[in-house]
Amino acid sequence: MRSENNGSDVSYSAADTQADGQGQYLTFILAGEEYGVDILRVQEIKGWDTVTPIPNTPSYIKGVINLRGTIVPIVDLRTRFGMVSIEYGPTTVVIVLRTTTVTGSTILGIVVDGVSEVYNIRQEEIKEPPQMGKEADIRFVYGLATIEEKMIILMDVDQVLNEKEMAVVEKLVA
Amino acid sequence: MSSILVVDDSASMRQMVVFTLKGAGYEVEEAVDGMDALKKAKLRSFNIVVTDVNMPNMDGISLIKELRGLNDYRFTPLLMLTTESGADKKQEGKAAGATGWMVKPFNPEQLLATIKKVIG
Amino acid sequence: MSIDISQFLHTFFEESFEGLDAMENNLLHMDVNSCDVEEINTIFRVAHSVKGGAATFGLKAVAEFTHSMETLLDQIRGGEKTLSDEGVDVLLRSVDVLRSMLANSKAGNELDFIESEEIKKRLDELLDKGSSKKTVMKPVVERKDDQQITNWEIKFIPETGLFKSGNDPVRMFRGLSELGIMEATVNAESLPDFESLNPEECHLSWDITISGKISKEQIAEIFEWVADDCKLTITSVEEEATAQLVENMVPEDVKIVVPIVKPMPGKEGRATQTESASIRVSIDKVDDLINMVGELVITQSMLGQLGQDFEMSKIEKLSDGLAQLERNTRELQESVMRIRMLPISFVFQRFPRIVRDLSTKLGKKVELIMNGESTELDKTVMEKIGDPLVHLVRNSLDHGIEMPEMRRKSGKDEIGLITLNAFHQGGNIVIEIIDDGKGLDKAKILEKARARGLVGSDEDFGDDKVADLIFAPGLSTAEVVSDVSGRGVGMDVVRKNIKSLGGNVEVRTEAGKGSRFTIRLPLTLAILDGQLVRVGEETYIVPLVSIIETLQIKKKYINDIAGKAQMYRLREDYIPIIRLYQSFGLKPDQEHLENGLLVVVEGDGQKAGLFVDDLLSQQQVVIKSLETNFQKVQGLSGATILGDGTVALILDISGLLASAKDSAQMQASGAAA
Repeated sequence: MRSENNGSDVSYSAADTQADGQGQYLTFILAGEEYGVDILRVQEIKGWDTVTPIPNTPSYIKGVINLRGTIVPIVDLRTRFGMVSIEYGPTTVVIVLRTTTVTGSTILGIVVDGVSEVYNIRQEEIKEPPQMGKEADIRFVYGLATIEEKMIILMDVDQVLNEKEMAVVEKLVA
Repeated sequence: MSSILVVDDSASMRQMVVFTLKGAGYEVEEAVDGMDALKKAKLRSFNIVVTDVNMPNMDGISLIKELRGLNDYRFTPLLMLTTESGADKKQEGKAAGATGWMVKPFNPEQLLATIKKVIG
Repeated sequence: MSIDISQFLHTFFEESFEGLDAMENNLLHMDVNSCDVEEINTIFRVAHSVKGGAATFGLKAVAEFTHSMETLLDQIRGGEKTLSDEGVDVLLRSVDVLRSMLANSKAGNELDFIESEEIKKRLDELLDKGSSKKTVMKPVVERKDDQQITNWEIKFIPETGLFKSGNDPVRMFRGLSELGIMEATVNAESLPDFESLNPEECHLSWDITISGKISKEQIAEIFEWVADDCKLTITSVEEEATAQLVENMVPEDVKIVVPIVKPMPGKEGRATQTESASIRVSIDKVDDLINMVGELVITQSMLGQLGQDFEMSKIEKLSDGLAQLERNTRELQESVMRIRMLPISFVFQRFPRIVRDLSTKLGKKVELIMNGESTELDKTVMEKIGDPLVHLVRNSLDHGIEMPEMRRKSGKDEIGLITLNAFHQGGNIVIEIIDDGKGLDKAKILEKARARGLVGSDEDFGDDKVADLIFAPGLSTAEVVSDVSGRGVGMDVVRKNIKSLGGNVEVRTEAGKGSRFTIRLPLTLAILDGQLVRVGEETYIVPLVSIIETLQIKKKYINDIAGKAQMYRLREDYIPIIRLYQSFGLKPDQEHLENGLLVVVEGDGQKAGLFVDDLLSQQQVVIKSLETNFQKVQGLSGATILGDGTVALILDISGLLASAKDSAQMQASGAAA
């Protein structure tokens, strides 16, 4: 499955992982699970602040913020993953990520329950995500790794605002 | 370091000459035509003036004539950049007081060699 | 040191295109019977510059082609030839050829030599066959490496005025010493007495011996500049017997070496992709900016000092300083924006040629008058307005202006008049295209529009409204689709393009008298005059240009339609009410229309009232794209950052009205079903 869905994977292993095959991952908590994103994609971590909602967009788009003069969309990752949304609390943070799309590099923020750790993970420690039922959304999952007995779900950040999908959404809304 | 005034109405030629001379460590100022050059030459004295011949608002030969009339430029090397390979422009330039000339097209290396020849 | 001269190509192309535009313009205005010397000079200078640049930057074909143009123009300039109508024609075609040669070079494409050869032949035919000026590039003295070691004796007797040409014997010696082993003996016998010595004169002469692998030409080259200011003899020791006075220093046996042509970068066509858009800015504008930054720095340091030992007694000074800072910032912003502003002549200068070519082709007589060419507008707007303008001018010429005999019959001057005006009005630039032709046939337009179902058969239309119908899709007024205007691009596309720039176009026409197209455009796409409105907790920006008026809703003017939608009576009109909170899914302060605020807006010729909670301030906002990091959103044209750092969304009125209309129709059809 993963080998068919290449594109973004290639950029992961080739560009973002360090030469010794070891990458650093920032992990965060979402509904009790620990997720990881390539630290080279992380631009900054911000506390949750009010956003300007954008009308006629999917519910997981919380809105946009002003990041030093740039308009950046904010995605609620719980909603995006189809999880129950919770009220934002003091640990709620926005992780600002750089993603690559066909048209170039864009910036987006994801709202998560809280940040956790930074881990070194070697390429060979990353396993492919298991095949799951239709309802389980594994498009965002790039791989799984086990650190200190914990499972960490490594996320493909480029899929969070996947353009094709957005186009479909756009049509549905309009 | 020697200071050079580069006069040419063509932006690309000017860019090339200025880039080359600056790269060689000269202090360079540019002017877009004879009028502009005369104005700038009067504000300070340059060690050498390199000017195109065909320009609007005072051509290179008139500029040379004017400059030679200024006390500060009586002995300053004044070079013409000319595409006319015929002798008439050169003679005209010499008569106006030009030190010498370079015939276009020239490449950056040729330009530097000539400038070096004049001011070391 | 090696310098890649291709880096200057971009500037070269840019200035050459500009020069060619100027050349074309001058040629078009040229009256061959009374040639102005300065006009010819201007044209000559362009050819001259392009040739010089092309040769320098390795565009050999361009240089060769321009050489013929230059030579012809030089002869005309010098009075050896007179400029004929044919000459103007050939020169105009040369401009076209050069443009395409340069464009192809720029894009890294192969050059098409067929046309350039043909035009070059015509140019050469115009030139004297026996002309002494040959098409040769710069002669370069070929250095011989297999030179024998030669001993040379040089006698160098400068004239007293040598220094006055800026030359210095030391320079010559430096040059010689680079060639080989040199020895110079100074001869001071003609030096006058100390009292009568003028230090500005040269009274010395030199005997020089030099040996090495040196040719006579190399030595002559060193003395080339002073050849006329000195007596110079160069003799090889071996050929002493045949010593000769070298008077003419131009080397005799020169070889012609064509400069090596550097291949154009980006043969694969990448050149156009990597090229960054650039803009030429007048020095004045840059100086303005520098001055303003200077003031800003002064203000900043003043405020900085104030902050270091601040006490309440200085509060007045602080508020003065802040006011100054605000002024500086505003001025700086305006100046920065002005950098992007270019005179509309960049677009207008295409028209004399277009009108000339097209009127010849159609057999019409047309005079073109252009006013306000120095009116400035944003570069981006300029780039996009060119094509619609060309279309409108072609249209006026093709469909507006009548044939000469027709004009005579209707008592008009044979020569038709097309006027282009540009001027600023408020925050807009207005461009008018006026012709004194036959005007639009309103009856025919209306008939056609009805036939196509664009308007109802019983709908009553004012004259102006009828004329504006020509911008509706699928309506062309030409009886025959000519290859001039009927190129598949209709007036609807013109309007669409203008709309996309945030502008509008309208037409006023009078039968037999002509038509006037008026285009209104924002000066810049980067800044917008906005009205801030509040809906619930959100602030939105309505472009001020779209707002007709703002009013308090009176109950008696509200009309319910099928209990679904509401119309508001605005004097003679009925306009739909769009509840912004509904469109955007927000929680408003109040849902009752009564006593609420209605912002009456117009977009795409449609009016509507936006129901909002509150009107806030009006201000200029900097437009930021939503698409940079996100995507286009229906009903929004972008976003901006307000003074408090939060993001506010800018409404796209046309889009909003369109989607409101759609949903109303859906509701209506839903209600019907």
